[in-house]
Amino acid sequence: MELSRLPGFLLRRVLKSIAVVLAIVVCNFLLIHAAPGDPATVMAGQSGAADPQYMEQLRRQFGLDQPLTTQLWIYLKGVLQLDLGYSHRQQAGVAGLIADRLPATLLLTGAAFLIAIAGGVAMGALAARRVGTWADSAITVVALAFYATPIFWVGLMLVLLFSVTLEWLPGFGMSDPSLNATGLALALDVARHLVLPAVTLGLFYLAVYARLTRATMLEVADQDFVRTARAKGVPEGRVLRAHILRNALLPVITFAGIQAGQLVGGSILVETVFAWPGIGRLAFEALLARDYQVLMGVFFITSVMVVLFNLLTDLLYALVDPRVEVA
Amino acid sequence: MSLTRRNLLAGAASAPVLMSASQAMAQGVQPRRGGVLNVILNPEPPVLQIGVNNQTPTLILGTKMTQGLLKFSPTLDPMPELAKSWTVSPDGLEYVFRLQENVKWHDGRPFTADDVIYSVMTFNREIAPRLRGIIAGIAEATAPDPHTVRFVLKQPFQPFLLCFDATALPMVAKHVYEGGDIRANPANARPIGTGPFKLVEWQRGNFVRMERFEEYWKPGQPYLDGILWRIIPDAQSRRVALTGGQVQMATATDIEPFDVPALRQAPNLNVTTKGWEYFSPMFWYEVNHRIKPFDDKRVRQAMSMALDRNFIVNRLWFGLGKAATGPVSSTTRFYDANAKVAPFDVAKARALLDEAGLRANAQGVRGSFKYVIPPYGEIWNRMGEYFRQAMRQIGFEVTLESTDAGTWGSRVANWDFETTSNVLYQFGDPTLGVERSYVTSNIQKILFTNTSGYSNPRVDELFARARTAASEADRRAAFSEVQKVLVDDMPLLWVVEVNYPTITDKRLQNAVQLGTGDHASYDDVFFA
Repeated sequence: MELSRLPGFLLRRVLKSIAVVLAIVVCNFLLIHAAPGDPATVMAGQSGAADPQYMEQLRRQFGLDQPLTTQLWIYLKGVLQLDLGYSHRQQAGVAGLIADRLPATLLLTGAAFLIAIAGGVAMGALAARRVGTWADSAITVVALAFYATPIFWVGLMLVLLFSVTLEWLPGFGMSDPSLNATGLALALDVARHLVLPAVTLGLFYLAVYARLTRATMLEVADQDFVRTARAKGVPEGRVLRAHILRNALLPVITFAGIQAGQLVGGSILVETVFAWPGIGRLAFEALLARDYQVLMGVFFITSVMVVLFNLLTDLLYALVDPRVEVA
Repeated sequence: MSLTRRNLLAGAASAPVLMSASQAMAQGVQPRRGGVLNVILNPEPPVLQIGVNNQTPTLILGTKMTQGLLKFSPTLDPMPELAKSWTVSPDGLEYVFRLQENVKWHDGRPFTADDVIYSVMTFNREIAPRLRGIIAGIAEATAPDPHTVRFVLKQPFQPFLLCFDATALPMVAKHVYEGGDIRANPANARPIGTGPFKLVEWQRGNFVRMERFEEYWKPGQPYLDGILWRIIPDAQSRRVALTGGQVQMATATDIEPFDVPALRQAPNLNVTTKGWEYFSPMFWYEVNHRIKPFDDKRVRQAMSMALDRNFIVNRLWFGLGKAATGPVSSTTRFYDANAKVAPFDVAKARALLDEAGLRANAQGVRGSFKYVIPPYGEIWNRMGEYFRQAMRQIGFEVTLESTDAGTWGSRVANWDFETTSNVLYQFGDPTLGVERSYVTSNIQKILFTNTSGYSNPRVDELFARARTAASEADRRAAFSEVQKVLVDDMPLLWVVEVNYPTITDKRLQNAVQLGTGDHASYDDVFFA
């Protein structure tokens, strides 16, 4: 790609991205408010008692007594000033609530992402290289099993095996608050708590990467330039690395880009099963409680991330494959 | 128990002694100081101040920090908490509470009569929908001295004392809340109470940490060093945490009923269903009287007869409750055992429906309607499935609809349902917790009012009489009569008097002693 064209490309893409994010914000706002019920209804439902004054108090406090367009305008104004608003239900700023939960999510999804990419590409490459042998079949079967098994079930089984039966690893939470640990002890405790949820979340994606890598490598291996390389006498190892794997990685990068965008969103299922205090649960609970501000805040952050990672993926593409132009 | 003058006048000296620390010692269990109790907290409350939020988890956690003037025995006798004694005038209008001295708030300021008056007349009047009307019936609230509070009512209100439990009228610090917006006060996330435990840290989504309040007004108490509330959103993970010993206590709806039999067998755990007498949760199937054929008494009676309540209690709730016999729970005051719903009888139910003109077609179907499943856990789904089966037996095709909390709440509140189910608390007295579901004046587009739309002038009159009658005998007569009318009318299909399980580590002592069970301050709880 020509580097001279990069600044213009970036500027166009950033402007487009801002428009996309704003459109997403408006869509989210309308969708969320289209769901039946409101935070006051949910709170009344959870409290087991209500009267007109109570409902009216709550709705006024939440700003729900304003017309919907007014509410949307107030929210958009906030977002444009990078102010994500305030959760009256939880009596806390949305940005703070999200910031509190983001490290836990990034730790979990980041670890799962690394497990998935490293394990998946390695397994896929191995299967492609030994295509048709027992190793290939074993990898294919294992990948299919991980891919097809419900994630929460895998999680519960791992807990039953490693925490309940063997008592090797903790089965829930991010740390053990009764230890009152700090510093290195706390880091080690968190690491022990991280193993099971990260593996649970990683296994599914590992299966996806393994299958993707295997399939594209087999596809690339049949192409003319590979035959040419072999005819030239390029050593087999080099053919595999420089010619096949490098070209086969393009779809993997595409998928990794998509997954990386989702990293910020966390995983509702894994966070729920393992009582992991991440964004996924925050968003899910906000949805159930009709805590509009929190839910829109999470959506805003995640959509910004997705857009950002799409941009990065496109740039990375151009680096890996010189034929791809930025435009 | 009967609400007699003698019981009303019970002070500290004559208060019924339950399984208290002193009794534990008599049984050879010496209270031991130390240890941290890990309790499941589910779902995570949005704020931690009772009153501002009244979800069950908030009440169970909040009662360790925030106290009431009184607490209640399993037979609903008032017992001293922040009030050490109280008197009621013979005409039932004047209530005088003598307060404990040397009580301090968690911020070190003294607790006085002013705090009590502020809590009742301002804080709770502002935010407690259930008690607003009752507080409005207080003509004057005065403090003759810093440790005495005097309430004078406009007219006698016999259940008045029942309102002074921490879960109903929590005592909050005047200096913390006065003058500001109660619902927006930062103390709602970091409550300042008089209770034995004070909040140290709340990591949202993770845990709430409480530590012993060193200046607690009972010398040498609490015994526990602290309480850790662990937030575990998945039901199976909660069960595993309990059996694995990472948590030593689960309450209310933490554990699904079908998991309880296995936990009863666990060598390290105790299961009790005591401690729900004050709340007496009642599970019922609700029909919308505005929709035919539910406006016909015979149809409702037939539907009730199609329900095998013993099967429901034993096979669906696994013994966590009793078959309901009528609108008032057997653990609520003024329960009349003579007013009983008709027994399970499918043949009789079919005959009633024939009589009501609902003939079965060739396929044996008389009609069809929808049932909205409340989204509160697996037991609710199973109760929905049972309802569908039971109704099919008498010729009704029921379609189940799944919802989330917001949808269910708004549909029931807006009367947009044909049938659904619900659980309501009774708060010890039919006037406090039963009346609201049946009187015409409470037909409102709000949850937990009379959403079924049932209206019967006789019932309205009897509940009104029972509410205002000064003598217990008059109230009992009215309540007995209204129970007879309701059991015949079947406005709602009462099914189970639910007793939720409290599951504790065997070493934990005194976790459930009161009629409010695990909604107690826990100043006398310890690990043996």
